Amino acid sequence: MSFIDIHGLKKSFGPVTVVHDFHLAVERGEFVSFLGPSGCGKTTILRMIAGFETATAGSIAIDGKQVAHLPPAKRDVGMVFQAYALFPNMTVAQNIAFGLRVAKKSAAEIRTRVGEMLDLIKLPQLGDRYPYQLSGGQQQRVALARAIAVKPQVLLLDEPLSALDAKIRVSLREEIRALQKELGITTIFVTHDQEEALSMSDRIVVLNEGRAEQVGTPFEVYNFPRTRFVASFVGTLNLMTAVVVDATAGRLTLDGRDVATAKPIVGRRAGDEVTVALRPEAVNLGDGTAQSDTLPGIVEDVAFLGAVVRIRIRLDAQTITLDSFNQPSVALPKQGEAVKLSFAREDLLVLDGDA
Amino acid sequence: MKKSTFGPWLAMILGAAYFLIPLIGTLEFSMRMKRGVYSFEAYKVVLGDPRFQESFSYSVMLALVTIAIGVLLVVPTAYWVQLRLPKLRPVVEFVTLLPLVIPAIVIVFGYLRMYNSQSWLPLTDTRRGTDLLLAFGYVTLALPYMYRSVDTGLRAIDVRTLTEAAESLGAGWATILFRVIFPNIRSAILSGAFLTFAIVIGEFTFAALLDRPAFGPYLQLVGANRAYEPAALAIIAFVVTWACMGLIQVFGAARGTGSKS
Amino acid sequence: MSEPSTATVRHAGGSGLPWAWFGVAPFFLFAVLFLILPTAFLIVGAFQTADGQFTLQNLRDLTHPSIVAAYRISIEISAASAIGGAIIGALLAYAAVGGGLPGWIRPTLMTFSGVASNFAGVPLAFAFLATLGRTGLVTWALSTWFGFNLYATGFNLLSFLGLTLTYLYFQIPLMVLILTPALDGLKKEWREASQILGASTFQYWRWIGLPVLWPSLLGATLLLFANAFGAVATAYALTGSSLNIVTILLYAQIRGDVLHNQNLGYALALGMILITGVSNVAYIWLRGRAERWSR
Repeated sequence: MSFIDIHGLKKSFGPVTVVHDFHLAVERGEFVSFLGPSGCGKTTILRMIAGFETATAGSIAIDGKQVAHLPPAKRDVGMVFQAYALFPNMTVAQNIAFGLRVAKKSAAEIRTRVGEMLDLIKLPQLGDRYPYQLSGGQQQRVALARAIAVKPQVLLLDEPLSALDAKIRVSLREEIRALQKELGITTIFVTHDQEEALSMSDRIVVLNEGRAEQVGTPFEVYNFPRTRFVASFVGTLNLMTAVVVDATAGRLTLDGRDVATAKPIVGRRAGDEVTVALRPEAVNLGDGTAQSDTLPGIVEDVAFLGAVVRIRIRLDAQTITLDSFNQPSVALPKQGEAVKLSFAREDLLVLDGDA
Repeated sequence: MKKSTFGPWLAMILGAAYFLIPLIGTLEFSMRMKRGVYSFEAYKVVLGDPRFQESFSYSVMLALVTIAIGVLLVVPTAYWVQLRLPKLRPVVEFVTLLPLVIPAIVIVFGYLRMYNSQSWLPLTDTRRGTDLLLAFGYVTLALPYMYRSVDTGLRAIDVRTLTEAAESLGAGWATILFRVIFPNIRSAILSGAFLTFAIVIGEFTFAALLDRPAFGPYLQLVGANRAYEPAALAIIAFVVTWACMGLIQVFGAARGTGSKS
Repeated sequence: MSEPSTATVRHAGGSGLPWAWFGVAPFFLFAVLFLILPTAFLIVGAFQTADGQFTLQNLRDLTHPSIVAAYRISIEISAASAIGGAIIGALLAYAAVGGGLPGWIRPTLMTFSGVASNFAGVPLAFAFLATLGRTGLVTWALSTWFGFNLYATGFNLLSFLGLTLTYLYFQIPLMVLILTPALDGLKKEWREASQILGASTFQYWRWIGLPVLWPSLLGATLLLFANAFGAVATAYALTGSSLNIVTILLYAQIRGDVLHNQNLGYALALGMILITGVSNVAYIWLRGRAERWSR
């Protein structure tokens, strides 16, 4: 049995259902991200796990114990909120000590534990500061320390990085992940930022309109998106319409040209229109290998993005965008120039859902 | 984990009872003038009293003068502080809050001492002079509310950009103030104005001690000598206060939709 | 902060700082003439004899038992109505903000508070006379329906209790108006964070809610105190001059020199300023202590 077991979870506010039949099993020590746009239900699920919202239906078990009807404090979870949830009238040390104080630990024990926590978040000097004297990144680290000081079984992070500057965000997400690995604490992380989810998680749950669209490792979700939504939400992607020629052999036509996928096309017949997806970084200029398909096209636009150059090429009715590394020694194609582009067969994905 | 709303409801109901019963009591009392039947006799008597009409219109006039002086004093000051002298803000705010610290009766006592017939500026010697002094007194009473309201209004708009835009188009300071700033904080000014009106219309201490025939002293006089009319007057005063606050709400709400332009 | 403003002054005024000060000159002139000088006049007068000599005798005379009693009753009524108004007002505001009541309650309460906090003075006295006076509606209803004679219990509207009850009519709404924004400032996350760390509702209020609200509560209470302390009209219209409170004593002194000493009147006014002044200084000091942790 898994450490956290969520079964058939549903949440309605009056006539509006914001979470539909949600299932998830989280292993002990795993770091799982809920990724999705705002309003997709990710925070609602997290708040149901925390106990701030009551589920309309379904069950939540932590370590084999049903928690759905327990108050937040009895669930043995810690939580970090979006921003500024530190108690403003308490110092950093008092904030971290809060849960221990409520649990009536001895003063000596509290002092030791707070010291450990301050070291852990690398702010050993700042115990006597008040939250308003800290930067946003420091505040969130203190919030993290406050949540884990009481040694909860599960750590819930509700977009803890979204109010911070871009640079702090990157460094803090690395720190959070390192800390999580060090402590081995089971963690659920809510975010709308795909980069955060991809870089931090063991597994990602991509949510849309209250449903889990796909659950998988970052590698799976990014490289093999199962639905159009997942494909478009995670990373940039070329989405095109193709017509199936031979489903078993994986052959299709794209703007009248023959292309193929590495795997058979399941559940489609010849003549069906399907959506195919192609990552910009999977497309190359020039002829490809034997396992690739090569298509001719006209350069429509060249955008210089620094390390990467993004080139848009018109095939016939559709366009394709490709990313290539910026190499000063290689000349870039010009607008209007006729070029060839190629991509490996395993990179061409046929998506589920209606085309 | 639904919280019980019993306590909040109980608080609201008790609160509502405390606030509504005196109003109902007053209304009931005001209609008891004719023995055995409810009537609006007391209102008829009050509204037909020439002294009511005189004192009420005197107070309305005074309120309008107070509002005019107050707006002309407060808006340019708040504007100027925000734009050019932000360092002065704490001082100006402190001064505007002084009327909450110094009781009105003390201020008017000071006026009587400072502007009496033997002083360097004998304002109380003439009726017009006393009226003016009374209006100035009311401006000080309204100062905390007027300044707050206008200052909040100014903070909500971008004073600096508006001013610089107007300057770049060749506008002089009077044009900027009256054609650009005033219209943009109109709802804030109106809120302050209605509040001022509500304060001035029934004010007693200043008017009584400066011995002017305002509505407040008239109310007191009627209260000391009549039985049912005071209740009718209290209801009328309540309606006037309610109207002022209602108008503030109306213009406050207009601010939200109007500022989108 | 100061640099951009200097720059603008030059660019607009052309000749540097002094011009900028002309913009606020009318305001300060007005404040000096109609707020500060009149008050200063009284303060100076409090230290003078009738022929202008310096003296402390006026202040000594403030200890006359009847004057001390007037101050005492004033302070008692102001404190009772301020503390009562603060507690009841805070509970009402909290019920409206965080009580889970229907959405229309809050705007209704706010509008009504706006009206009631301004419904003071003479009309308020009339309203309470018509309600709790000897022939008032509630007095009548109590005796007719419940056989309860309010006035037989020693209750008198023209007394400490009556005046306090009347003052509450504008004190409670004023508290509601001042405290509601402060209650809005209490973040939901604080409550949730404390909850998930195991704190009870009591512990939340004891350790987070009240300490955070404390400056606002304190400030509002002191404002309510000053508000009641300076009130004249309600008390005068309600009790005439039968209740010996300091504003009514001062009113009588201004009208007819009942103390037979103009300068003692000034001292009386000085005492009032001192009391409201001290309450404000206390507020600022306490707020400074309580607000170490904010901005």
